[in-house]
Amino acid sequence: MIPAQRIRADTRYVIQLPEPDDFGFWRERARALVQCDVPPDRIAWVEPGGSGDLFGRSDLRVPSPPADAPQIRVSRRFLQLAKNAALHSDPERFALLYRLLWRHQTNGRVMEDKADNDVRRLEDLDRSVRRDSHKMHAFVRFRVVEDEGVEGSGDEHYVAWFEPDHHIVRANAGFFVRRFANMKWSILTPRLSLHWDGEIMREGPAAERGDAPAGDPAEDLWRKYYASIFNPARLKVGAMLKEMPRKYWKNMPEAALIPELVAGAQQRESTMVDAGTLEFEERPETLAAIDKAIHACRKCPIGELDNHAVMGEGPLGAALMIVGEQPGDQEDQSGRPFVGPAGQLLDVHLERAGLDRDKAYVTNTVKHFKYVQRGKRRLHQSPNAKEIDTCRWWVESERAIVQPKLVLAMGASAARGMLGKTVSITKARGTPQMLEDGSELWITAHPSYLLRLDGEAREKQERLFDADLAAVAQRLAEMADS
Amino acid sequence: MAQLSVIERLEILADAAKYDASCASSGTAKKNSIGGKGIGSTEGMGICHAYAPDGRCISLLKILLTNHCIFDCHYCINRKSSNVRRAKFTPQEVADLTISFYRRNYIEGLFLSSGIVKSSDHTMEQMIETARILREEYDFRGYIHLKTIPEADPQLTYRAGLYADRVSINVELPTDAGLTRLAPDKNSRQIEGAMGGVKDSIAEAKDARKRFRHAPRFAPAGQSTQMIVGADAASDADIVGKASRLYDSFGLRRVYYSAFSPIPDASAVLPLKRPPLIREHRLYQSDWLMRFYGYNPGEVMQATGDDGNLPLDIDPKLAWALKFRESFPLDVNRAPREMLLRVPGLGVRAVNQIIAARRHRTLRLDDVGKLTVSVTKVRPFIIAADWRPTTLTDRADLRSLLAPKQEQLELFAA
Repeated sequence: MIPAQRIRADTRYVIQLPEPDDFGFWRERARALVQCDVPPDRIAWVEPGGSGDLFGRSDLRVPSPPADAPQIRVSRRFLQLAKNAALHSDPERFALLYRLLWRHQTNGRVMEDKADNDVRRLEDLDRSVRRDSHKMHAFVRFRVVEDEGVEGSGDEHYVAWFEPDHHIVRANAGFFVRRFANMKWSILTPRLSLHWDGEIMREGPAAERGDAPAGDPAEDLWRKYYASIFNPARLKVGAMLKEMPRKYWKNMPEAALIPELVAGAQQRESTMVDAGTLEFEERPETLAAIDKAIHACRKCPIGELDNHAVMGEGPLGAALMIVGEQPGDQEDQSGRPFVGPAGQLLDVHLERAGLDRDKAYVTNTVKHFKYVQRGKRRLHQSPNAKEIDTCRWWVESERAIVQPKLVLAMGASAARGMLGKTVSITKARGTPQMLEDGSELWITAHPSYLLRLDGEAREKQERLFDADLAAVAQRLAEMADS
Repeated sequence: MAQLSVIERLEILADAAKYDASCASSGTAKKNSIGGKGIGSTEGMGICHAYAPDGRCISLLKILLTNHCIFDCHYCINRKSSNVRRAKFTPQEVADLTISFYRRNYIEGLFLSSGIVKSSDHTMEQMIETARILREEYDFRGYIHLKTIPEADPQLTYRAGLYADRVSINVELPTDAGLTRLAPDKNSRQIEGAMGGVKDSIAEAKDARKRFRHAPRFAPAGQSTQMIVGADAASDADIVGKASRLYDSFGLRRVYYSAFSPIPDASAVLPLKRPPLIREHRLYQSDWLMRFYGYNPGEVMQATGDDGNLPLDIDPKLAWALKFRESFPLDVNRAPREMLLRVPGLGVRAVNQIIAARRHRTLRLDDVGKLTVSVTKVRPFIIAADWRPTTLTDRADLRSLLAPKQEQLELFAA
């Protein structure tokens, strides 16, 4: 080494790095050069394979600093970033590092000046190396080597092929050791290869893609998972490409599916919607529109029977909405709700409670008559839960337009139509419930239930029914007052 | 019925799980497999091992143990009355699949959820058994997220937290009325009670670890929840309010929003049009404003329109700035950090860099440009050494100048 005193002011230095990612080597040489006061423009940093003869006449030896050389000033932030930036494939990286180290000697806080071009470049290098490492952690795909041990036995060998952008492989070996400590694995790259046998890490020479296995039995499962977890209703190809650029695709078994998944997404989404059989778009805005639409409604099997839809009737803005189950034989023929035997019984009880049917909006949960043909007669059949849920759309639309303050649901079907769940009439009657729009829901029995009873049971149920109606009447009066 | 193969069941049960938004694997305690018998590590930062064409990260094997369910929640594809193909895995099968994927570096771990079979307790026990096999038999040290069932015995939820990195309980809908209407078998008080229980267990475990080094960890990655957006009438203001209450009361790590998307065999109560995906995006942005930008929920609500919803054409931060123009322009060389964070177009990183850089130089517009993505967006709201937006903030058409072009929006709407 040349003593520092004899360094000539125009001597140029070429520093050959033994490995492209040898940060420790750079740090030692850079420290000596700064201490000998060698400015950045007189040093060329050359990595293996690079050209060494940039200056023509140059000195390959690093000067040894004088004994009283000043302490090197460096910030922690710089060291943090420099370790990563040294792994970048940019051939200028070591010169940039030296330049910043040099500038530290006069300005120890140079790293804080985020608008400085050198500082920004260093941060960019650091960021792309971190991203590359992160992508390596994410996109390395191991394939088990066939004929080398049985899966789960601990002696099978997993091999991956990966193509990083920067010199990051060695620096990231630790991540894979910590994660797969008890597995035998190799990561092959065009720069070098790593081999872990469960105890010791060995390094090997550069490899080729053909050195890694071509497939793995678990890949079919993985591809099936990838295709199934994707939601075709929300295609965002740009977001995917940003995080998983095409350059990685060739080494990821699942990526082969992407073009097909994207192309099929629209198709799959419309199938998903069609499979629901229900595709109501906008809520109808007038009762007339509902009336028209329910006649054409075939959303459930009841609509396919030989019958006619029966629309509710009553004034717009009625304070009371009365909801029954479904039209019966006579309603179906006349096209009006509650005109058959149950309707007549309802009229009697309404009058007894002092409620004016003409001022209420009267309708049904299910719009069509469900029946089975027995000879000439059409026998009433209760709608099932699915049919009620399907038809809820219409009665809810009516409610949204009429905007009653109080809804009286008669029978279990009507209660389900209002609440979306099945409730027990015995438990629910007598106590109002708040609906989403702030109106009150009262639940009582259906008048046709009273028709099926006789004797004492009927008297008891009629009393309960009257009590419910009376409570509704009283509540309506209170609402009118307030 | 013939038994379906593993691959067929994986297809059904992964398909059924895709409506869960979360796939995070970050923020848990550091673990690795050195010195153990199995595999796995977690190092703080989550890793997305793949991205699906919907732009979402695939970090975990996200599946249901079964999609059989005794509940009848209208928004859910797996509800009792839905006509979907059903399948189920045994705990052993799920554990084997997780390990097989993990060995090949496909995933960070498992996110297990389930339909309710037999009873909530029975289902919960099956999920815990899966986690137990992974942790105890495979010595698995990767990430486990268990979606716990609020109706299950609190003791079971506690056991789940001992195996899992994260537990979550879905609040499902932003309003109680919506829950009553669309999820008749669920009860918001029960859900919040369970969340409260998890919060207490997390706090106790943290406290115990301070005193005893070997005290068991309980859900070191905390708890999260998910809300469905657009299935009921709740406005963005309702949702933001609910989210901030949840963050406050239960110390949640995250509230996820899932835009209601059409599901096969939809219930008739849900004859809704799909809400624009951008709405979900705007909600996440407002979530960010509260978590990282120092906005309080009231301020985010100020950014909503008359209908209580956030504007879809511009982001909530810009919407707030346009409403409170008198707070701008701000001098980048002088304004405090918390005010700079309110400048549309300046992120947390850019603000930190401005604060650091201005100690060294008086910032010009050019310098700010180097630190941000788009100086055009920032310009009307700041003052720099060589820049003063004389009349910009008074212009009535500022919104249309700054709003992204309509064509760009359509990309999101797809």
